[in-house]
Amino acid sequence: MLLIDCPYCGPRAEIEFAYGGEAHIARPAADVSEEEWEAFLYLRDNTKGVLAERWRHAHGCGRFFNALRDTRTDRFHAFYEIGTPRPDVGDAA
Amino acid sequence: MIEIAEGCALAGLPPMVRLVLQGRAAALEAAAASLGLEAPPPMLRAVSGAGGTALRLGPFELLVLPASEGWAGLDAALATVPHSLVEVSDRNVGFVLEGARAADILAGLCPLDFALSSFPVGMVTRTLLDKAGAMIWRTGAQAFHIEVWRSFGPYVEGQLREVARGISFSLLAV
Repeated sequence: MLLIDCPYCGPRAEIEFAYGGEAHIARPAADVSEEEWEAFLYLRDNTKGVLAERWRHAHGCGRFFNALRDTRTDRFHAFYEIGTPRPDVGDAA
Repeated sequence: MIEIAEGCALAGLPPMVRLVLQGRAAALEAAAASLGLEAPPPMLRAVSGAGGTALRLGPFELLVLPASEGWAGLDAALATVPHSLVEVSDRNVGFVLEGARAADILAGLCPLDFALSSFPVGMVTRTLLDKAGAMIWRTGAQAFHIEVWRSFGPYVEGQLREVARGISFSLLAV
């Protein structure tokens, strides 16, 4: 089980959280082309390495936040609030 | 009060008024002032004042348990700030779990650490009790106030009794 450090509540067990997919994906305006809309809806990087992703503390404070997780090792490198820029952790394994 | 393990009692709470307040700092401060508190409680803490109790469940969320039946004063205090105040009195049912093994019983259903050093008196949080979402508030060293959504009430009560039964048997075996 992953130990996830909610920025508001502190470290909690993974079962309290809901996964929210890749972070930092901006919703385009309504008048974009079909290709751009498809990219927004479906196309993801499928990162092997450090991935910025969203989590929601569903059974806790209820807030979304972002995390940097290495998809190779499942190790978390940072937890940060929605709306703040991605912290620089390099390509740490 | 029904004894569910040696020296440990579980009781259902009578109906009470519960309000969920969502808002930014200004709304939380206005609500705290109207309850007679100096400031909104910090994250995961409950504070009581003359007008009632405020439980900080999220950065922008308070559960308010007013001391009286009405909450006109709270409504008036919040009139000029953006907020959402919703009455959820009937959504929840409350339990009180008291006794020397109360923390052990909760630990059987929840991954949180219920040691006094990491879950002190006055701490409150939403979490999971087995498979049901629940709010756990430590009101004393050996006393907890538990709230679950109404339809989960019989399930959570049954699970608490089941864990207590297991603890009772393990005590007998020693």
